[in-house]
Amino acid sequence: MTAKGGHAAVPPGFVLARELMDGQRLARTLSRMAHEIVKHDPEVARLVLVGVRTRGVPMARRLARLIKAAGGAEPPVGALDITLYRDDLTTVAGQPVIQGTDVPCSIDNRRVVLVDDVLFTGRTVRAALDELVDFGRAARIELAVLVDRGHRELPIRADYVGQEVSTSRAQIVQVQLTEDDGRDCVLLLDREKPMAAALKAAPRAAGKKKAARR
Amino acid sequence: MSYPHRHLLGIEPLLPEHIKTILDTAERLREVLDRPIKKVPTLRGRTVVNLFYEASTRTRASFEVAQKVLSADSLTITTATSSVQKGETLLDTARNLEAMNPDMIVVRHASSGAAHFLARHCRSSIVNAGDGAHEHPTQALLDALTLRQKKGRLEGLEVAIVGDLMHSRVARSNIWLLTKMGARVRLCGPPTLIPPGLDHLAPVTTNIDEALEGADAIMMLRVQMERMAGGFFPSLREYHQRYGLTVERVKRAKKDVVILHPGPMNRGVEIASEVADGPWSVILDQVTNGVAVRMAVLYLLLGGAEAAA
Repeated sequence: MTAKGGHAAVPPGFVLARELMDGQRLARTLSRMAHEIVKHDPEVARLVLVGVRTRGVPMARRLARLIKAAGGAEPPVGALDITLYRDDLTTVAGQPVIQGTDVPCSIDNRRVVLVDDVLFTGRTVRAALDELVDFGRAARIELAVLVDRGHRELPIRADYVGQEVSTSRAQIVQVQLTEDDGRDCVLLLDREKPMAAALKAAPRAAGKKKAARR
Repeated sequence: MSYPHRHLLGIEPLLPEHIKTILDTAERLREVLDRPIKKVPTLRGRTVVNLFYEASTRTRASFEVAQKVLSADSLTITTATSSVQKGETLLDTARNLEAMNPDMIVVRHASSGAAHFLARHCRSSIVNAGDGAHEHPTQALLDALTLRQKKGRLEGLEVAIVGDLMHSRVARSNIWLLTKMGARVRLCGPPTLIPPGLDHLAPVTTNIDEALEGADAIMMLRVQMERMAGGFFPSLREYHQRYGLTVERVKRAKKDVVILHPGPMNRGVEIASEVADGPWSVILDQVTNGVAVRMAVLYLLLGGAEAAA
């Protein structure tokens, strides 16, 4: 699907509820988060950013550049693939694709900021924490997320939050970043109702209009 | 990107995209071996039985390391210390082990087809760790991973496979894999060690110098003394003179040729020590990659919910 007329690409099977952030707002939000990270502990020489694949990695790279702009050295950026630590491997169908983990330096006695795009159940963060612990004993681990959408299933909270959004469980928060998706935005999506999907399949134009109004 | 089978019995039935999936997964899992704590919880609570009816160092050890790194519980049964000595059949042994509810059986056996036989009669996933002169799929996969790392690709590579083609399951699996992935294979061995029909799979020569000409990679095969009942060649010395890989002969291949050997090596027979330890040799890379490939196979067969078939 292609983005058309400046509107974000909505994946098939979903309809747009609303746009949570556009490109400008996303840039401002990341910049604020970078400042908060520096403000919390100005000694950034011992800082490491670790992004959770997939969107957490480009987000961590951007934060690293913004931290440099906000005062000091650009922290190293790592990437975590939490697949090997998932708690649902025995129940998901097929095998999740392994994308690989890359932690570029020792995290012993360093301040680690874990970066992910969306905080939801907290299970991804749990897996990421378990994986990080296997790489060494960090002085402190903090969590930065672009969107906190609630519905936690574990006692986990973020230290730096771009935006809090109340959502229903069935909704999807989709972060799109230029590096992976060709544009910057955050979308709140509804699952397409079977009825709407049928309408969309028959007279295409009518279905689309209906979806846009919701 | 997926691997749709419940077993890994050989390379022959696999599609190129399945082979690529295994290699890509191995490539990404290799990083775990370099971590300060070389263990991930992925296969916690899964049990694997390694059933080895033939001697093995590398294959067995690397399956065991891969199982430990991925947190699977495993036990290894070798015939020397098992009830096989008392005359128990393969099927009875397997059925009794299955009664203990393992998720996977890794089997090595002197008879071709042993792994397929178990796959027909067992509930567990079966991985073929070498069956007679038939296939040794994980060896071919680790060879391919090594080649891909060193050459950046498999497609279009000129690969010479030299030695005891008759008894070599490594050769068979490699011929399947390399040709499926678009490499060009040439085979070379003494006329007495070339089985009939092999020339249907790849061109065969008895002249080693011809086989090595311009090769990107040379795979040496072990002279399998234990499988040779009759006299296939006059003496080991003569074998070395006519088919051994020497520094002189390596020069016929491309300058950046890589040399593989599945081990164990007969130094001074199929390969000269100066070659085995020389700059072209990637024999120890093969061993490390062997662990990564077996991790990938374990992950793809045991990670995720029970596959349908």
